Amino acid sequence: MDATIQVGGAAAASRSLLRMMLLIRLVEERIGELVSAGEIKTPCHLSIGQEAIAAGVCAALSRQDTVWGGHRSHGHYLAKGGDLPEMMAEVFGRVTGCSKGRGGSMHLVAPAQGLYGTVPLVGATIPLAVGAGLASKLRHEPHVAVAFFGDGATEEGHFHESLNLAALYRLPVLFVCENNFYSTHMPLSARRLKDNIVQAADAAGMPGIRLDGNDVLAVLDGTRQAVAQARAGAGPCLLECRTYRWRGHVGPAWDLEVGERRRSELDEWMPKDPILRLRRRLIEEGQSTNELDALEPAIRGEIEAAVTFARESPLPDDSDLFRHVYAPRRT
Amino acid sequence: MRQCSYAQAIREAHAELLRHDPRVFVCGQGVWNPWYAGKSLLGLDKEFGRERVFDCPVSENATTGAAIGAAIVGMRPIVFHARMDFMLLAADPIVNQAANWSYLFGGQVSVPVVIRAVVNRGGEQGAQHSQSLQALFAHIPGLKVVMPATPYDAKGLLVAAVRDGNPVLYLDDRWLYESEGDVPEGLYEVPIGSAAIRRSGKEVTIIATSYMASEALKAAETLAQRGIDVELIDLRTIKPWDRDLVYSSVGKTGRLVIADAAWMSGGIAADIAAAVAGDIFHALKAPIGRVCLPDVPAPTSAALERAYYVGAEDIVASVEKVLL
Repeated sequence: MDATIQVGGAAAASRSLLRMMLLIRLVEERIGELVSAGEIKTPCHLSIGQEAIAAGVCAALSRQDTVWGGHRSHGHYLAKGGDLPEMMAEVFGRVTGCSKGRGGSMHLVAPAQGLYGTVPLVGATIPLAVGAGLASKLRHEPHVAVAFFGDGATEEGHFHESLNLAALYRLPVLFVCENNFYSTHMPLSARRLKDNIVQAADAAGMPGIRLDGNDVLAVLDGTRQAVAQARAGAGPCLLECRTYRWRGHVGPAWDLEVGERRRSELDEWMPKDPILRLRRRLIEEGQSTNELDALEPAIRGEIEAAVTFARESPLPDDSDLFRHVYAPRRT
Repeated sequence: MRQCSYAQAIREAHAELLRHDPRVFVCGQGVWNPWYAGKSLLGLDKEFGRERVFDCPVSENATTGAAIGAAIVGMRPIVFHARMDFMLLAADPIVNQAANWSYLFGGQVSVPVVIRAVVNRGGEQGAQHSQSLQALFAHIPGLKVVMPATPYDAKGLLVAAVRDGNPVLYLDDRWLYESEGDVPEGLYEVPIGSAAIRRSGKEVTIIATSYMASEALKAAETLAQRGIDVELIDLRTIKPWDRDLVYSSVGKTGRLVIADAAWMSGGIAADIAAAVAGDIFHALKAPIGRVCLPDVPAPTSAALERAYYVGAEDIVASVEKVLL
């Protein structure tokens, strides 16, 4: 699976985006089922409803561009080209997992694909992405670094520190805020007087662009422009992608009791499903319904193969506990 | 051999690393100005350019995080904290991130970063400019902690830290900056995890860290005049500390005093004492002595500072006590 869209015409590119969003959706629904069944124990944070951001942003990147994520990063991993069976094995705690069974759902990695790590400390990878941008600048390489984080992370000090550093040194960094309007159970309106996250960019002296995070083509287009600017040496950009988290903070539950307006918000946001929107558009543009319908069973087959791989993979050995605390010396 | 000051030795290590390894860069608050760093970074920005040697905004968290991110993608950064106290604002990137990444991702990602902090005691600076927090960081799996006490080690340990491939906290002591010693030219390493015998003796082992190693040398001379023959070990690496050398020395002398100018509770001296008591209790002929700071914040008034800090006299008293 290549994160870069091989452009064989706009139609093929759009179909590839649809396929990626559908893959993320179906993988997470399957993970949700396996959590409910008690087969997966590690905390799993699902991005169902938000797939357009991972798919759209990563489609604008090359393999060498780096991506840094958080606790809700299955989508980032898959969209950047991470291996599905290895992710599933990781969620199952198996030694064949992408993090060798030490990470679970919240700590994913695919260095060969430029995904250097996702971790659950809120916003923790934002300064790390700035460091990757700094490395690009010092090495005179064209690669950009992308930090994915949620609206909650913008309340952390290191978000503001990182924006300032990246702007000051004109680093090729994209700060991608997936504003899903919730941090765990707390709605944005209870945490912030104004709905103005994007203005943090202005304070740091970089462009801040608000995007419809449920329109994958808008996300792709906005990211492409920001990437082109960053590669040209114009510095960083903050992209606020507005979206909505359908499921609860963690696990497959809908968390309807959380917040004052969860039910009405879902009624408002679910019709804006990024997958349905793109599908409708492709059909309007004349793509074959049959071809689009064929995507789902093929993806489900891949997912079941990944689940089988995970189930059949060995658990880590006790002796593995002591490995990799320190890296071997590499001068 | 050529004599250098401790501060010059640190500067020379930076300069040679910058000269020989394009992956090395130096960042942090105070890098362009001797106000905080003394002569330890003097003129490096002019010699190597302000792109590779850059002063930073007052953002310990993002600066340290950026150094860690750059290390993850293959650079060899040295991030500077003018006081160890200030470095606490970067606790998340150091403790939660750098320390964990190799383990967390099954060894596929590593963090070859050096996090340098200056311990600067006294001078009526008080509680937030004087802390020596090596024990806090030595507690964390995945971190290494070094504290050079001589100019030779100041240079060699920095080179070893940059080449180690893991997050290494390099803690230097401002009270040592003017001390002189032999320093070879060129790049050389002092191995991390290896302590050094500064004086051989038979009756009592003194283990000292950083500044206390220089105080322990004075104490050893005083004790020698009184007919007491001590063995002095400069620990050099706080984590992982050199069990082989410590155990062989205590096995020989049977008596141990540990001098660490940090707080007594939960400190490195406690860790060493517990390990010695747990592993080679049979070798001990007397209770273990600890010379540490009392469990109070650093005061400002010079009168209280005199009561707070420990030195050669305290080491002498502790050695005489374990010989009673």
